Amino acid sequence: MAKRIDVNNLNVYYRAFCAVEGVSLAIEPHSVTALIGPSGCGKSTFIRTINRMHEVIPGARVEGEVLMDGIDLYAPGIDPVAVRRHVGMVFQRPNPFPTMTIAENALAGTRLNNRRISKADAEEVVETSLKAANLWEEVKDRLDRPGSSLSGGQQQRLCIARAIAIKPDVLLMDEPCSALDPISTLAIEDLIAELKSEYTIVIVTHNMQQAARVSDRTAFFNIAGAGKPGKLIEMNATSVIFSSPAERATEDYISGRFG
Amino acid sequence: MTTVAPARSESTGDSLTAARSSLANAFFSRLTAGAASLILVTLAAVATFLLVRAWPAITSSSADLASKVDWLGTASSDTLIATIGYLVFGTLLIGTMALLIGAPISFGIALFISHYAPRRLAATLGYIVDLLAAVPSVIYGLWGGFVLIPKLAPFYGWLNREFGWFPLFAGEASPTGRVALSASIVLAIMILPIITAVTREVFLQTPVLHEEAALAMGATRWEMIRMAVFPFARSGMIGATMLGLGRALGETMAVYMILSPGLSYSFHVLEASSHNTIAANIALKFPEANATGVEALIAMGLALFVITLAVNVLARWVVSRRSEFSGAN
Repeated sequence: MAKRIDVNNLNVYYRAFCAVEGVSLAIEPHSVTALIGPSGCGKSTFIRTINRMHEVIPGARVEGEVLMDGIDLYAPGIDPVAVRRHVGMVFQRPNPFPTMTIAENALAGTRLNNRRISKADAEEVVETSLKAANLWEEVKDRLDRPGSSLSGGQQQRLCIARAIAIKPDVLLMDEPCSALDPISTLAIEDLIAELKSEYTIVIVTHNMQQAARVSDRTAFFNIAGAGKPGKLIEMNATSVIFSSPAERATEDYISGRFG
Repeated sequence: MTTVAPARSESTGDSLTAARSSLANAFFSRLTAGAASLILVTLAAVATFLLVRAWPAITSSSADLASKVDWLGTASSDTLIATIGYLVFGTLLIGTMALLIGAPISFGIALFISHYAPRRLAATLGYIVDLLAAVPSVIYGLWGGFVLIPKLAPFYGWLNREFGWFPLFAGEASPTGRVALSASIVLAIMILPIITAVTREVFLQTPVLHEEAALAMGATRWEMIRMAVFPFARSGMIGATMLGLGRALGETMAVYMILSPGLSYSFHVLEASSHNTIAANIALKFPEANATGVEALIAMGLALFVITLAVNVLARWVVSRRSEFSGAN
């Protein structure tokens, strides 16, 4: 079930350093939202606050609200572990577990919730998630091979399969194609377009053509200078951002004048 | 090549040939190869020494041996081979128990240092564990004998009364506490530092990528450790355990000072005068051994050498069995 995300006045800190300041935005369900901006502008930091992954780094903390269908993910009593079961994540570099087979990788999240899953159910989870990640046809004959035996693009789709196997509400992708070749990138982009019907997708990308191709809405982040916090400059429908942005900085960035 | 260059102009000769550096290269590569082969030579020398010196004792008849070595007899229970059998059993029993006690604790300490403790505490703790490794084994033996054993003896009595139905704790508990379990406990403490130090390093090397993958799926910290850290560290943990076992099997002084020796195939680890290890037995018998006695003791050393070799081969095999899944590819 895709859910909407509303972020209100979010500040993100690493100890005393404010990395992202004053972000407020809305992410619609069943849509793809792209976060673009120059390196160090805080878009990766920001996306990691949506599933509370930024807390993994010692000293990282957050002020403000992140609402998922109205529930504040940072309210007291909310368990970050539970949040992450609802908000899945795909990382920049493909990271299937090297000690697990392809099938075990796809099953990893399911096994966390349900250790005694029956063999038939397990096979079904593997097949549905790998099919949903457009990987089934390529790997169905070698499910017991290590996940690391796949190509980079296949590994990344395996990671997507692993993330969607636990049926999250939201799927976060932190530069999912930056380590992939163009063909694999295309495969992932096609997959994103398909996954949109079931999930809310947020994707960080350095590739503006990619943002233009896959996203419905685009948010542009920027940074005033080194040591300054990253800020959300503007957010709008992707077609508007790429044709007639409201801010000068956005236009400069998308037209390649900096960044 | 460099010697046929005089016709060339000075500058090209200098830039294209590298006489001195290639000489240094060759020298250094020989040096490292030599250092590496020194290990093989040493191993071969040790094996040869053991075989050659033990050979007379192994090949002579038990009657002949019994007449020359007062602690060997002709009965089927006290020939050289039978004695070695008891000692191998005692060595493996005490070493295995030491591992069973020491390895899980070591893994726990290592995991606490690498994944749970705040950074400053972790550093201090790591330092203290390393310090433990520097304590000589004779000190552990003294401490075990004077401090630990008197405290353990009443506990053994209780263990024997309440859990006597469990084969290991059956039999007659020794009131002195100088039993196999005491030796194992002291050995367990002695192997803690090496196992902890090695596994801590391996745990710390777990790729953040895989830890984050587990966390992002909604794994708790413990689930993340089981999913990403343990599988990644598996071969390192086995290697560390084998290092610890190697130390436990070969440890002499601590066992010698703690254990009341005996020879049997008994699993009653609370009974005194039932077990001994090869290393402790050699230390015990060596001072008073005559020439033939020394040969018999060297035969025991050969048995220890074979055991440790087998343990290491086994460990290698276990580690390599799933190397395809190690993440190294």
